[in-house]
Order: sequence, then C-alpha cells, then structure tokens
Amino acid sequence: MTELHVQSDGHEEHGHDHPEFLGHHWKNPVQQFEAGKLGMWLFLATEVLLFGGLFCAYAIWRSNHPEIFKYGSQFLDTTWGAINTGVLLISSMTMAMAVTFAARGNNRAVIVTLILTLFGAAGFMAIKYVEYNHKFHEGFYPGMAFYEQPHASDLWLPLEETAIAKKAAIAKSEAALSTALAAEDVKRSEMPSPPADAQRWNKPEAAIGPQGMTTNQESLDTAEMAVFLPPSVLGNIIDQQGELAYAEHHTPGEPVHLAHPLQDPERPANAQKFFTIYFLMTGLHGIHVVIGGVVILWLLLKTMKGHFSREYYTPIDLGGLYWHIVDVIWIFLFPLFYLI
Amino acid sequence: MSSSNHEHGAVGHIVPIKMLIGTCFALLILTVVTVWVAKLDFVKMQLSEMNILVAMGVAVVKCTIVALIFMHLRWERSFIGFVFVGSFLFVGVFIGFALLDTAEYQPSLIPGDSPQIQLKLDALDAAQATGEHGGAVHADAVVDQASSDADHDTPADH
Repeated sequence: MTELHVQSDGHEEHGHDHPEFLGHHWKNPVQQFEAGKLGMWLFLATEVLLFGGLFCAYAIWRSNHPEIFKYGSQFLDTTWGAINTGVLLISSMTMAMAVTFAARGNNRAVIVTLILTLFGAAGFMAIKYVEYNHKFHEGFYPGMAFYEQPHASDLWLPLEETAIAKKAAIAKSEAALSTALAAEDVKRSEMPSPPADAQRWNKPEAAIGPQGMTTNQESLDTAEMAVFLPPSVLGNIIDQQGELAYAEHHTPGEPVHLAHPLQDPERPANAQKFFTIYFLMTGLHGIHVVIGGVVILWLLLKTMKGHFSREYYTPIDLGGLYWHIVDVIWIFLFPLFYLI
Repeated sequence: MSSSNHEHGAVGHIVPIKMLIGTCFALLILTVVTVWVAKLDFVKMQLSEMNILVAMGVAVVKCTIVALIFMHLRWERSFIGFVFVGSFLFVGVFIGFALLDTAEYQPSLIPGDSPQIQLKLDALDAAQATGEHGGAVHADAVVDQASSDADHDTPADH
C-alpha cells in the first residue's frame, strides 16, 4: 500500500543520531511522515476514481431508467442502512481518536480505540451479511439469476389487494383507451373536421413540450385525451399518471412489499438491474471494509508490540486515512441506494 | 486555530478528542436529516428532483466534514487538498459529460424486458401453470424448451 521504511539497515554506521524508524533517505521524521501521507492521499485519489467509474454507471442507468431504481429501492431496508451509516461514522471517529492518542504517545488508549474501530468494521459486515442473506433468500440476485428462482413457488408472496386493484385499474384504462381510439377511427372516417369543443383543450397548462406533456390532472381523462393525441404522447401521459398514482400511496423511504417482483404486475422491465449495481457497488465497498479491518487488526498487533511512539505513528495515521475513505464512499452509497 | 491546536513537539497535527466527538455528532445528525428528507414526498410537491439534490447535498457536506476533521485535511499542505479535491472534480467531469450524452437519446428503444428475460419469465409462468412444486427442475426444463423453440438467431443465455 505504502512504502514505509520502518527498519533502517545498519544505521549505526553513520554514527549520527538517526532513529530506528527513520529511513536513511529522509532528513527527519516530519519529512518521512509528510511523504508517506502524500503517497497515501494519492492512493486515495485513485480509490475515488475507481468508485467514480461505478458511480458513473449508476448515474447513466438511473437517468435512463429511474423507475427501476424507485422500484428496487423498496426492497432495501432503510433502517439497516441508516444503522450501518452510524456504525461507520462512529468507527471513523474512534479511528481518528486512535490517531490523536498515538500522536500523544498514549498506547493503551490507541489499543482501546483500535479495538472499538475493529468492532465497527465487524458490525458493519455483520449487518451487511444479514441484508445480503435476506436478498438472496428472496431471490434478489444480480443479473439474470434474478429470474431463475430455484424455489420460486415457496417464496412468492401472495398478491395484496392494492396490487390486484391497480392491475384492474390499468386494464380498465387500457380498455377505455382502445374504445376511445376505435370511436375516433369511426369519427375520422365520417367527419374529418375537429370537434366543436376542441377549444376546451387549448388551455395554457396543457402544453406539449419536448419533454412530453404537462397536464392538468383534474380536467383531463385518458380516454378523452386519446381522441386528440398521437399514441406516443399519450403513452407519456399514462406513464406520468401511473407515477402520480404510485406516489399517492407510496411514501418514499418506506418499504412497500406489494408482491414478489416476479409476481408483481407493476415490476418495471429489467428490474434486476437495480440489484446488479447494488451488489456491485456495495460489494466492492464491502471488500474495502474487510481490507480496512485487516489493516486495523495489523495496526492493533503492532501497537500491542510497542512499535509506535509519539515520534513515529505513520502507519496508524495512514491506516486511518484508508478507513475514512471507506466511510466517505458509504456516505454516498447510502442515499443513492436506500433513500430513493 | 491551526497553530493553537498544535501540541508542542508533535510530528503531525493533533485533533482534540472533544472536537472528534462533536464532529461525529454532527455527522449523525446529518444522517438523520437525510433520512427524514427522503421520507418527504417531493413528487406530490411538484419537486420530483428535490430528493436526490438534497440527498447528494447532505452527502457532500458530510464528506467534506470527514475529510476536513477526521482526515486532517484542514491542517494539511494545500497540495494534498488539491490532489483529493481534484480527484472528485475529475469524477464530476466524467459523470457530467457521460450524462450529457445519455440525455440526448430516446429513453427506451426496446420497451419491456430483454428477450432473454422474457424467455425466463415465460418458463416461470409455464412452471406455475403446470404445477406448484418441483419448480427448479421444471423451470429449467421449460427454459431449455423455450430457448430451442425461440428464434435460432438468438444465442441461448446459458
């Protein structure tokens, strides 16, 4: 990770006052410490770029298909996610405390705070295990495995009344739409001139723009609109109405398990993509947490052996920086997946 | 502030424990705020973009606090801040320009599930229709059946 020359071979030959931990090519401990820190920060910048690629994928997927993210996010447990955020923030604090105590030469306090940080890492992974296990149990796998469902018949939850009602409402509006379109076909063949009340629709609110159509929900009815609008524009409006109806009974942030996705008539197309990027990003973050935990364990053992002093605690400082960047990445992951 | 906190003879800057506790407290409060804001229904308020903006704004503030206090960035040389903030700026350029292009196309050229997914869904439906138990073996068999029935130009997905 970083090149730190803890041992300086044969430093006695020089015959001048050179501490054990100081590499020969350094003028003094401060210079060595500063160089180590710069190296670590450069590494952290590459970590930001690594996750940046995944955040870019997330941004493109979400901007193309917001409905997949809105839908998939319901199946994540916001409470566990928030608790995990707290666990990481507190462990970040104990890590920063360890650095402070190390700089003051208080080894016993360093050991205590490093153990607390280690508990934080273990706690985070334990909660992540519970969450992942639940997802796997329900068959929310990344990629095509989402549709495999080896034990689907045992796991599928019964459809709730609201889902059935919504399915019926969709069918009804589709039927009304096709009736209206059929009526319009008849009208067109007989009477090509626009209807007498066409004036009614030329309201300022109802403007057709490049983004689709802004509608006044109270005065417009899908079946009526079908008479005047091309199917492409109409499709947009039906989507918007569906979204508004969905928003009315769905409080964001609260899980609404209407039905298992494979049984849910409202499951958006390619819904597995949410879980693909969820497991990819939280999985890579989880790997970082495990590595951070190993680093902290190593620091703990070195501290217990008395390797560090107030003149030399560079590994604790740099390990801490790594632990904080893991926290920073989770700070972005949490709202992007759990709070949609 | 910087010099007054610098304890004598230390190699690096020493951040007082009280300040770390206060920082952590502020971060936890911000976490509660971001969870609370996410529960507000901005779609109803005709501000559908608000949720993501507030969530990202709070995340940036939290990230800044962690970097400045926990990571000592506030007391570091400015070059280190340049390296770190620069990495975020470049990620911003990367995502920003990628999104600029994404917004230029139709949202969905192929509506519905992908053909491979549709095959699997049909197989599951068939498995449901024929019997509730033995789903695993049955579903696989139907998938094989369906993919061999389907257009031979489509490569089988397993």
